[in-house]
Amino acid sequence: MAHLNPMPVLDREQDRTMILNMGPQHPSTHGVLRVILEIDGENVVRIMPDIGFLHTGIEKTCEAKFYQQVVPLTDRIDYLCPLTNNLCYVLAVEKLLGLEIPPKAQWMRVLLNELTRINSHLVWLGTHAMDIGALTVFLYCFREREDILRLFEAVSGQRMMTSYFRVGGLALPPPLDFFGRVRGFAKTFPSKVDEYENLLTNNPIWTMRTKGVATITAEDAIALGASGPTLRGSGVDFDLRRDMPYSGYENFKFRVPTAKEGDVFARYQCRVQELRESIGIVQQALDGMPEGPIKADAPKVVLPDREKMKTQMEALIYHFKIITEGFAVPEGEVYQAVESPRGEMGYYIVSDGTAKPYRVHMRAACLANMQTLPKMCEGRLLADVVAAIGSIDIVLGEIDR
Amino acid sequence: MPLAAAITDLDLLKGHPSLARLLAWNRNAVQEAKFDREEMSIYIEQASIVEACALLRDDPDCPFNFLSDVTCVDWYPSEPRFEVVYHLLSIPNKERVRLKVRLSGNGPTLESLTPIWPAANYFEREVFDLFGIRFSGHPYLRRLLMPEDWEGHPLRKDYPVEGYR
Repeated sequence: MAHLNPMPVLDREQDRTMILNMGPQHPSTHGVLRVILEIDGENVVRIMPDIGFLHTGIEKTCEAKFYQQVVPLTDRIDYLCPLTNNLCYVLAVEKLLGLEIPPKAQWMRVLLNELTRINSHLVWLGTHAMDIGALTVFLYCFREREDILRLFEAVSGQRMMTSYFRVGGLALPPPLDFFGRVRGFAKTFPSKVDEYENLLTNNPIWTMRTKGVATITAEDAIALGASGPTLRGSGVDFDLRRDMPYSGYENFKFRVPTAKEGDVFARYQCRVQELRESIGIVQQALDGMPEGPIKADAPKVVLPDREKMKTQMEALIYHFKIITEGFAVPEGEVYQAVESPRGEMGYYIVSDGTAKPYRVHMRAACLANMQTLPKMCEGRLLADVVAAIGSIDIVLGEIDR
Repeated sequence: MPLAAAITDLDLLKGHPSLARLLAWNRNAVQEAKFDREEMSIYIEQASIVEACALLRDDPDCPFNFLSDVTCVDWYPSEPRFEVVYHLLSIPNKERVRLKVRLSGNGPTLESLTPIWPAANYFEREVFDLFGIRFSGHPYLRRLLMPEDWEGHPLRKDYPVEGYR
């Protein structure tokens, strides 16, 4: 954060340029992003994102918690895709433990992750379109988002901060009517995506504001560490779900949408196609949902069912031990990456053999994606900055952690 | 499923593309290697990290062209205190490797990776901000997340969780 020295980088020697401060309180910065702009008339000469306003020290907090206590913290990192964070963290700890997860839990994780992706993309689409001036889309997107939040509430008891995945499986079995409700949602959702596309894809104002705007080449995107739709919008065909599968993604068939142009419209297309692919994965997960337990058979790590805890002495002891002492994780380190709606989300966890993680580091997709902003905006019009910021789908909670 | 023991013997690990490439280039730059939980970690000598990264990035067979992450681990009070950790990804080969550099706790300085990957810019600023490791040659080494006038580096192990009051 550059609070004290508001103008650290930009060059003031030239008289023709002007410094413009945008944010941290600005509707199109999606939170608390501050952008310092050097403009020459309407043209952006330089742009410097200034972050850190939402820094909460989650990495430090994790070091003082037991492994199972970190799960609710991970929700709060990227608050638009809490289940993806949960998944990435529990996968990393399970890798450290060498724990095998039953198929039903894996498939539930995939199903909920794809719902999360749809949820996150809907928020992105609504707010991004609103930034550019298409206000109606927002209402349409939030209508479907509400359905997904109700599903999350049904399954976990929480609309947003779900904390539903646990080390070793899931927190609770899904409620009885859950799959029926998801099925109903999956049936109607593709027609809703058509509605969004009707509003935007061939809309001349939308295409004028997005096509050829804020372009970035594949080489630049890779060099700057961009991932997810920001990378695929520049023509790099890489998706961790397909290329380095985790949590049983190898059992699902889906397309990885890419676009060559590298502009705002290309990233828009990638994400809208992803909406369709994700609902396809949800459908496959519903159709092939295996039967069986939702927790791994590891009594020292996984909490026993409430019923058992109240009737069996041994289960009660394990419950008491896990809650009060945590569970020790063998020494070592892992880096687990998953494809979040924004790109590569990675958890690097170092264990020193105790019940608390020695170090937890989150690789935030947005932090790296944000570095593409100067390449996208410099030399272009000021009004396009808003389109560029929206198109990389920033979530400041994840950037600042 | 019990965990397999970590493999640390360099001869057994030579098959991994990244390690083979580094050993062929400069045997002395590789301090040790570890294959644990399906992940490859290579300890690189402090002075060679930039060259090693450039070598891996431009490897014709398995180009590790994507810098996923840079972070750090503080092993206070033992020495060498810091381990700077780089996660490299090969997008064409779908392969990962972790490079690590050990740094002393006394004025830790390391060469910046920004000439190789501009992506290192924010990552290194974050490590500087939270651990106080200096990256020489970095274009703009300033605090990234904490306020500019903040004292101390919060992710160091001798920094209390609740902060100084």
